[in-house]
Amino acid sequence: MTDLADLSIAEAGAGLRRGDFSSVELTDAALTRAGVTESHLHAYLTLDQHGARAAATAADQALAAGEDHGPLHGIPLAVKDNMVTRGMETTAGSKILSGYVPPYNATVVDRLSAKRAVILGKTNLDEFAMGSSTENSAYGPTRNPWDTDRVPGGSSGGSAAAVSVGSALGALGSDTGGSIRQPAAMCGLVGVKPTYGVVSRYGLIAFASSLDQIGPFARSVGDAASLLEAVAGYDPRDATSYRGDTPEISTLLDSGVAGMRIGVLAELSGDGIDPQIQDACRRMYDALADAGAELKEVSLPATEYALSAYYLIAPAEASANLARFDGVRYGLRVDGETTEEMMAASRAEGFGPEVARRILLGTYALSAGYYDAFYGQAQKVRTLLRNEFAATYEEVDVIVSPTSPTTAFAIGEKTADPLSMYFADVCTIASNLAGDPSGSVPVGLDAEGLPIGFQIMAPALHEAQLFRLAAEVERLARFDARPALATSEVKPA
Amino acid sequence: MTNWEAVIGIETHVELQTRSKMFCGCEVNFSADPNTTVCPVCLALPGALPVPNEEAIEGILKIGAALDCELVESSLFHRKNYFYPDLPKNYQISQYDVPLCVDGHIDIDVDGEEARVGITRVHMEEDTGKSLHGSDTGRIHDADHSLLDFNRSGVPLVEIVSEPDIRSPEQARAYAAELQRVVRALGVSDVRLEEGSVRFDANISVRPAGQAEFGTRTEVKNMNSLRSLQRAIAYEIQRQIGVIEGNGEIVQETRHWNEDSGATSSMRSKEESEDYRYFQEPDLVPLHVDGEWRDRVFAGLPELPSARRKRIVAAGVEPQAAATLVEAGDLADLFDHAVSLGADRKQIANWLTGEVVAHLRRNEVALADTGLSAAHLNELGSLVGEGALSSTAAKEVLGHVLSGEGSPREVAAARDLTQISDQTALDAEVDAVLAANPDVVERLRSGDMKPIGFVVGQVMKATRGKADPKLVSELVRSKTQGD
Repeated sequence: MTDLADLSIAEAGAGLRRGDFSSVELTDAALTRAGVTESHLHAYLTLDQHGARAAATAADQALAAGEDHGPLHGIPLAVKDNMVTRGMETTAGSKILSGYVPPYNATVVDRLSAKRAVILGKTNLDEFAMGSSTENSAYGPTRNPWDTDRVPGGSSGGSAAAVSVGSALGALGSDTGGSIRQPAAMCGLVGVKPTYGVVSRYGLIAFASSLDQIGPFARSVGDAASLLEAVAGYDPRDATSYRGDTPEISTLLDSGVAGMRIGVLAELSGDGIDPQIQDACRRMYDALADAGAELKEVSLPATEYALSAYYLIAPAEASANLARFDGVRYGLRVDGETTEEMMAASRAEGFGPEVARRILLGTYALSAGYYDAFYGQAQKVRTLLRNEFAATYEEVDVIVSPTSPTTAFAIGEKTADPLSMYFADVCTIASNLAGDPSGSVPVGLDAEGLPIGFQIMAPALHEAQLFRLAAEVERLARFDARPALATSEVKPA
Repeated sequence: MTNWEAVIGIETHVELQTRSKMFCGCEVNFSADPNTTVCPVCLALPGALPVPNEEAIEGILKIGAALDCELVESSLFHRKNYFYPDLPKNYQISQYDVPLCVDGHIDIDVDGEEARVGITRVHMEEDTGKSLHGSDTGRIHDADHSLLDFNRSGVPLVEIVSEPDIRSPEQARAYAAELQRVVRALGVSDVRLEEGSVRFDANISVRPAGQAEFGTRTEVKNMNSLRSLQRAIAYEIQRQIGVIEGNGEIVQETRHWNEDSGATSSMRSKEESEDYRYFQEPDLVPLHVDGEWRDRVFAGLPELPSARRKRIVAAGVEPQAAATLVEAGDLADLFDHAVSLGADRKQIANWLTGEVVAHLRRNEVALADTGLSAAHLNELGSLVGEGALSSTAAKEVLGHVLSGEGSPREVAAARDLTQISDQTALDAEVDAVLAANPDVVERLRSGDMKPIGFVVGQVMKATRGKADPKLVSELVRSKTQGD
């Protein structure tokens, strides 16, 4: 019999409604899986066993009483630890927030609770979501369930590892430059960054406000759609929240790709991309053409500057966003002779080296005399990139590329060289700068048995097209491999 | 001996009295216990986001419109970055290169000399919290601890920046006073300097008269009354002239006005001044004010103080009295109301600026707290017109009406102040005075009318002021000028 922790959200939902098992049993299965895998992976920073069981019990009672809150009702999920949870420690992976217990819930957390989802706990991340490997967490790295000597990607590595190994059936992550899609690719999952503004950022601890977006991790395209549908929609508490009708998400899952115009991004097809990843993507392009899609090569020359622009804009915004962590009102305080010394000491002690690096980078980029050359110029690249995307979407419905230039790399491999780590985001960053939706779907394994991700980009608010193609890629790839660690038979390390 | 000219620009901060704060739903309440009107947004808890307050935007648009500014169709919020413990985000959401209102002006008048002061810009920002330093002096350097109150954090703040068009401390004061009147007339702020709901900073430089370039300027802060604004500017002008004439150089810096010592002192130099690293606030979208909204704001403006003064003067009221009425807007409201009921303008203006103002001052009460209404003023005017009250008695009646004793008619009756306008009743009184003063009668009969005042006075005395002096005077004439 299949372990309940290995069910998809859709399968689990059907089983709950058939009465095959309860939400409490489902939740216990995920917690049991966590119990044996956490010592190998460190996917979670906080596991709230008590709260999760209480929520599962309430979900079971509601369902028994005929109250059905939809696909997430009774489903155990994980939330990245940069989304605030009332009464549950929230650290953003930083020492500066060690022990911080928020007095309010992020909008997404409230929405999951309103749908009777069960929140298991908070997952590990690169400190303040700054990183591509989850090695920058102040609480130690998360490991990849497919190979525990490797990183799960980042910054949402904890969410990716948990869903991959079965210690959650789905999870929320956040994506500023690829922090959902890249770990999804490295852990063999579906991960989606929606259109900027579709999911409320209220309660998401900001890294780079104009780029941050919350999105789902799941083991199937349908599950990812269910998760996104549960949290999407206008929120009056986020002024950048999209005010129009929430875009359709799952309406075209079964439509196939006949006649769909797919642009293959030239800039991400060659140099710098692992040949095995190139091959896997090419095989998928052929399969899609066979399925009736029209494929053509498209070019976005500005993507060449996207990485540079991103590493000016994101740190600049971060330098202000992280200014509030000063030891005055909450979090770590290190005493000093004067208020200024106290603030400086608290920040020096509380922030890790990568966060400090980005604050310095961003502060410099915004400084008088440098603003035009750095931040101003980066904003121009952003505009240029948006224009190129807009022009390209006149010709194609979606754009595809690899999600990551490499499969999961070894722990410690890139930590000494920040620039090589920054390059891990090269495929994903353009969508954040443009504000467009983008997702990753697993399409196979490399020679070492590590997952390969296929990226789909769509125009703003065209999530339905993204999911339409994602569903076809899922059908064609028939990716059903699971990491060896994904079993409750494993012994804790 | 060089003739020096001062060049002054003023930055004014006005706290808006909205129901809620600029970027969150917390109540704006200056008398609440510390840290009780706060939430995740105005405390800058991790994850909180700002959402602009439409009532505050409406308020600043009114100010901009009243100052004859252009209201900008699409404006931007920026982050102004600096670390300070009472600024919870360690950046202030403000406006930078695209403020909401630009290019306006205020006309001022100093002793009849008119001048126009340009308004460069009016922009929206948020206030900080308050620090209370635990020391004897209240200053941070001597404190062993500080307390923070975030009730004020996020209160909507409007900054009004003038052009450097002001040339004297007197003009500066006139500008600040007129700006206050305008904001008060709009009803968007309680405009109380002592409580910090209006704050002025002055940029001051001096140059030889006739020179086109500006001299090096200093910025002077911490003036909390119109008087201290004027004094601080006067001091700073003299200080700068003294430095230059002593062959010194003015340092561009921020200076602190000390009310007790009557002097300014250096706070920080330009080199120490912060680089605020302004950049567009990514948590907010551009603020759009469409044509319909702008039209509505302009159409909804109340009559502004300068227009009101002109109208009241044109109606025959002395300029000084008109200014007094408009200065306290509620007096002008009462004036307009009474006039609309048909009362005599000059008479009403005299009463309001005389007895009423004196009563309010003496008793330290607000007009609204007295028993006086427009109908009362109108009735009082009618009683005088009918001859039922002398002008002296009218003032006495007004005092009792202000004290809440009732309408003028009721007061006059109750206190027996009604004038004797009945000829037969006064005949005997006049006769008695004439009989007692034959020498006066003699002079009157011979055509010397000078003593008539004496007779009227005696009659008034005998009737305890109730006689109608005009009627008495007529009676004296008819009784002495030939049959």
